[in-house]
Amino acid sequence: MSELRSEQSPAGEAHGPQETEQTETLHIEKWEGIWIRIALGMTAVFILAITVAALSFGISVPGVTARISPAALNDPENPFATPGLRELAPGKYEVYMVAQTWNFLPDRLEVPVGAEVTFYVTARDVVHGIKIAGTNVNMMALPGQVSTLKATFTKPGVYNYICHEYCGYVAGAPIGHHTMYGQLVVAEAPETAQALTE
Amino acid sequence: MSVQTFTGSVAPARPVSPPLTAQHLHLADRVAGWNIAVGVLALSIGALFGVFQGLEHAKVLDIYPWLQPVIKTYYQGLTLHGALNAVVWTTFFICGFFTFAFVRSLNRPYLYPKLNVIAFVVMLVGLLTAAVPMLMNNATVLYTFYPPMLADWAFYAGLTLLVIGSWIVGYSMYFTYYAWRKENPDRRAPFIALAATITMVLWQIATLGVAGEILFQLLPNALAPVLGFPAPGLDPLLNRTLFWWFGHPLVYFWLLPAYISWYAMLPAQTHGKMFSEPLARLVFWLFLLFSTPVGFHHQYADPGIPEIWKYIHMIFTFGVGFPSLLTAFTVVASLEIGARARGGKGYLAWIGRLNWGDPSYAAQNLAMILFIFGGIGGMINASYNVNLAVHNTTWVPGHFHLTVGSASTLTFFGILYWMVPRLTGHKLFTPLLARVQAWTWFFGMLLFSNAYHTLGLLFSVPRRTALGSAPYYDSQWNPQMIESVLGIALLTVSATLFFAIMLFTLVVPRKLDKPVDMPVAQPLDPKPAPQWLDTWWPWLNGAIALVLLSYGPMLYQLIRDAEFWSRGIRVW
Repeated sequence: MSELRSEQSPAGEAHGPQETEQTETLHIEKWEGIWIRIALGMTAVFILAITVAALSFGISVPGVTARISPAALNDPENPFATPGLRELAPGKYEVYMVAQTWNFLPDRLEVPVGAEVTFYVTARDVVHGIKIAGTNVNMMALPGQVSTLKATFTKPGVYNYICHEYCGYVAGAPIGHHTMYGQLVVAEAPETAQALTE
Repeated sequence: MSVQTFTGSVAPARPVSPPLTAQHLHLADRVAGWNIAVGVLALSIGALFGVFQGLEHAKVLDIYPWLQPVIKTYYQGLTLHGALNAVVWTTFFICGFFTFAFVRSLNRPYLYPKLNVIAFVVMLVGLLTAAVPMLMNNATVLYTFYPPMLADWAFYAGLTLLVIGSWIVGYSMYFTYYAWRKENPDRRAPFIALAATITMVLWQIATLGVAGEILFQLLPNALAPVLGFPAPGLDPLLNRTLFWWFGHPLVYFWLLPAYISWYAMLPAQTHGKMFSEPLARLVFWLFLLFSTPVGFHHQYADPGIPEIWKYIHMIFTFGVGFPSLLTAFTVVASLEIGARARGGKGYLAWIGRLNWGDPSYAAQNLAMILFIFGGIGGMINASYNVNLAVHNTTWVPGHFHLTVGSASTLTFFGILYWMVPRLTGHKLFTPLLARVQAWTWFFGMLLFSNAYHTLGLLFSVPRRTALGSAPYYDSQWNPQMIESVLGIALLTVSATLFFAIMLFTLVVPRKLDKPVDMPVAQPLDPKPAPQWLDTWWPWLNGAIALVLLSYGPMLYQLIRDAEFWSRGIRVW
């Protein structure tokens, strides 16, 4: 740890052996020094690995998309007024989704295998969350903000998307935070999707 | 200090530290004891709700219909569990422990001893004020209270008082530290006193964020209907950002008191010495530097924050992991010195010669072992994109029951196993029960946290959810749910033992054979630490600069562009 061993202060040397004991040098024992290097190395490797994953493989976290007033969600020109799946190009989809107490709009989606889906999610009332099981789509849904992530679905099956931020529950009510979820069906072909959920 | 003075002496008058008398200690110890009593009582209620939650998740028992007259829902219980355990128990214990330890370490009476009493009263009034709406189901917002969900105003007012009271504990320490420094300009501050003061300064910086959220957003909105003025509205993202400015350094406020015990007390409980006292100081200064500019790592999944800021906070988060890696080496080396002094041999066989028979020692060493897993999990959580795999799943409670629930809490139990005998003058009731308590906590948490980590990672099971009532409950979860229930059973035994030990130590007057006092480990190398590890300004200014750099630009934008579109809602 060379950076920790600063030079002895000349003032200290001028005061005899008793005083030079109190130097500004931090004494590091041999094995401790080795461990410090290992710890620094590990930290650097972790940061590097995450950086590579983010830049090279595009595994990213939600960033800045757009803002929208919760009061404007039903304005006709607003895509959140008609939440749901839209096909942009063959195999490419986008979903506009509203999280509200206590359901997702829409709470059911069907896409074919290989579909690349971009999710736009906002919240109408309080903070919600959404994680599509088995994928990296994991976002908070905040009133006033639009959260975006993209996922490609390569395996057929039923994927739950569950609200993972506490959003309320009234004692005795049939629905609440713990009943708030939806299902995304990935089918070999769109028409077999119905069969899979039964 | 016996300084012979003669008339006509030219030596400049330097103030001399007044001696620390039994009378001074008496008041400090009384206050410490009150703090600890409140903390332990809060934990006893909070822990009980933890058991109810775990049983609900696994569909073993949904007790909430029976609790209806008192506790309305799972989520009201969850609010109590989080608030009482993570906020009340920790804060009261830490304030009591510091009040007790700081004055002994510095060996100088408090400059204003009554400040500690005032601090305790303010904290207690705050707790009672916040407890009323929590118990009346008027603040079922969990201990993160994310707006626009809005609780009764008394909840926020009570939290504010609780935090202000804990600040006063810090002020009492700062004043005394400053007086001691003027009296002893050439001496190094004793390690425990310095480390406790750093922890309180860190807490002061951390709580500014949540203070801003509560005073400028939550309280005005909660008070609006009461006082009849129009609600100013809320910006949920701005509020979350202010909350997490506080939310992560909060965990270092929980952890550093345990580190103080591991570094400077525990070695003395197993005949060891502090392996590298100057490095321990460096570790605490690094925590002061890096604990706050990391909050966005709790907001990786949030919209509205540019990825680059999340990335920058990720780097600082690994920066704050580094002092914990140093701790792993230095503390183990300190304990190994002790084990070898006790006749330990070999590369690993010395571990058996540690002072396992002492429950205070055993509890804290077991807490350290659990923290190894907690620390590794923490690095995974910190890892930016990897975090998406586990964010807000049961992985997260799995993680923090190893950290605050074990590294801190089990260490605090261990500390109480010498501290309560010291405060009461009574023998611990009994060392055997206390050893059983420590080991059952260890295995209970191991099972519980392993199960919850796995459920979150494999099945994306959401956290803070009444899983037993969820329509998406999946029988695939059963193996882990069974594992978690086994863990909860052990933890129930362990927690019951802990409260019984505390109660019976207090009420059964078996006088101590010989006096017990705070263990203080001596440094292996008696050379004092270099001056720069005993100097506040570079570290404190560095910490403030890092907070400004890492939060300034983003907070400026969030405040400038704030849209107070949301109104407070009651959704419970």
